[in-house]
Amino acid sequence: MKGNEALAEAAIRAGCKCFFGYPITPQTEVAAYLAKKLPKTGGQFVQAESEVAAINMVYGASAAGVRCMTSSSSPGISLKTEGISYLCGADLPCVIINVQRGGPGLGGIQPSQADYFQATRALGHGDSRVIVYAPNSVQEMVNVVNNAFNLADEYRMPAMILADGLLGQMMEPVEFPETETAEVKKPWATNGHGGSREHNIVNSLYLKPDVLEKSILERDKRYKDIEAKHTTAESFLCDDAELVIVAYGATARVCKSAVNASRAKGIKAGLFRPVTLWPYPKKELVAASSNAKTLLTVEMSTGQMIEDVKLAIECKKPVEFYGRTGGIIPTPAEVLAQIEKITKTLDMEGV
Amino acid sequence: MSVVFEKPHALTDAVLHYCPGCTHGIIHRLVAEVIDEMGIEGDTIGVCPVGCSVMAYDYFNCDMIEAAHGRAPAVATGVKRSLPDKFVFTYQGDGDVAAIGTAETVHAAARGENIVIVFVNNTTYGMTGGQMAPTTLPGQVTQTTPFGRDTAVNGYPIRVVEMLSTLSGTALAARVAVDTVPHVREAKKMIRKAFENQKNKAGFSVVEVLSTCPTNWGMSPVAALKRLQDEMMPYYPLGVYKDEDIHNKKEGNS
Amino acid sequence: MAKIEINFGRCKGCGLCANACPKACIELSKSTRNNKGYLVAEFVKPDACIGCAMCATMCPDCCITVER
Repeated sequence: MKGNEALAEAAIRAGCKCFFGYPITPQTEVAAYLAKKLPKTGGQFVQAESEVAAINMVYGASAAGVRCMTSSSSPGISLKTEGISYLCGADLPCVIINVQRGGPGLGGIQPSQADYFQATRALGHGDSRVIVYAPNSVQEMVNVVNNAFNLADEYRMPAMILADGLLGQMMEPVEFPETETAEVKKPWATNGHGGSREHNIVNSLYLKPDVLEKSILERDKRYKDIEAKHTTAESFLCDDAELVIVAYGATARVCKSAVNASRAKGIKAGLFRPVTLWPYPKKELVAASSNAKTLLTVEMSTGQMIEDVKLAIECKKPVEFYGRTGGIIPTPAEVLAQIEKITKTLDMEGV
Repeated sequence: MSVVFEKPHALTDAVLHYCPGCTHGIIHRLVAEVIDEMGIEGDTIGVCPVGCSVMAYDYFNCDMIEAAHGRAPAVATGVKRSLPDKFVFTYQGDGDVAAIGTAETVHAAARGENIVIVFVNNTTYGMTGGQMAPTTLPGQVTQTTPFGRDTAVNGYPIRVVEMLSTLSGTALAARVAVDTVPHVREAKKMIRKAFENQKNKAGFSVVEVLSTCPTNWGMSPVAALKRLQDEMMPYYPLGVYKDEDIHNKKEGNS
Repeated sequence: MAKIEINFGRCKGCGLCANACPKACIELSKSTRNNKGYLVAEFVKPDACIGCAMCATMCPDCCITVER
């Protein structure tokens, strides 16, 4: 099944009732699939007049208490950031898919990971956070969609699936697990009070600074709770690794091949792959790199996640970087060459 | 003696923050009276805009949502699509409906969304202190048109309901005013009709209400009513520009 | 028999009620201010009131209850 279609099917199975989107390459199959399937499940598919309208329709549907989703690609996500900030400010859950392409500006339509900063730090103004999943296979895309809906509901905040054009367009066998759709009660929803409760208000406006601060701090407590409980990562051959590569998404697949190739040459390399980019799996990275002399971050960007890697290990070890960008995917051979270069330097230093 | 007029239940007890004589309060009350009379408070979700009526969520007793500037029709679409049997209305000003949110307004109408937009036109951005609005009249002095709106520089005001009446998804497009008692009564009738349309799933309904802004116009509340009659009404004629059951017509005529 | 009751606490002294009253029953006070400092509307000619509710119809702040 194609990655984008798997995302869409997983959303339906997770109980997504409404999808609002605007056409943009390379995520079009998500919308096309849902346009066909969602109405058959009693759901609603609306092609909005703009990315801005789409995210605000999500805001409305989420306020009404239903599971809802939108999907886009890099330039479209930039347009959505206003709405994402409002979703955060009004404590509304939803799932947002970003099938990243090259940027800045219109950029290109080939795979990219250059929206890392935006996804983890800048999806909206104000003290706001969004849960970010970075799957690396079609199967994992399926798995994280359900997690994303559940966590979004539990913590009342948006969650993003940060994929890229490669994962979206890739075909792989996939199995849809018997999902446990957590039935979360939403007593805050604006779905008509029916005369049985006070009126609910969904809002992000607080004109009194002390009241606003209180609401932000309350939300921040939830953010801290997520950071403590919901980081996910995969470590591959890290236990004895002298060089630990850190990569996520499609790039991690390339790096895994490079790690296998270097092991065949007797080089002790390992791969650490964060699945959640926010919260960042810091503890897991420290543990995975405990025997490493150096780390290598590989990204389809000019170096964004490397900052989180350095923060996680508190700059106690050198962190090298290798990246391709603009829609170019690094090859295993390129990464292997980097591994060899770094380990040669380590040997020369006699470490 | 019995009570023949009192505050409708759908309005909360909160004192409105609007300036003295601002007719927003009358329009709030009309919406609330319609909700009361139709007995739909428990089934209604209101969406407020950014602008003077940004805090309308505190004034209506039904469930309320505060939207980003101009996005209320999109938010209302999201609510209505999720809860098709509930009543959803937006309450928006001229900047919200016809400047920053033009796309959302036009496309909600084009889709024939079964929602109601109560559009308050007072030819100015009130909340931010009286700048030029998309409905500011030619020659009108505002903070950002200190020498009067020069159409050669600032272009022309938008006649919103005339524009929306050209769209096939629009069921009701009407302009009313709240300057006199008969006009207030007519305005209420039109808002009621818009909500009835929603009940009948007839399509998109917009009621434009000519309103005053005594503070930013620099006038007494009574003089502001006079300006509404003398200057606004000639440019924005009252009337029903479209009244058609869009969705049921399709089925009925087939 | 008709009468109105003005909620002084809500009144902002805008005068739209007085302007609408066909019997000139309402006047803005020259001395009575409410907690917000507004000179409030006063029901000065109760005997002339016909309970038409035109004052309440024009009041933007829902200050007026009408009985008839």
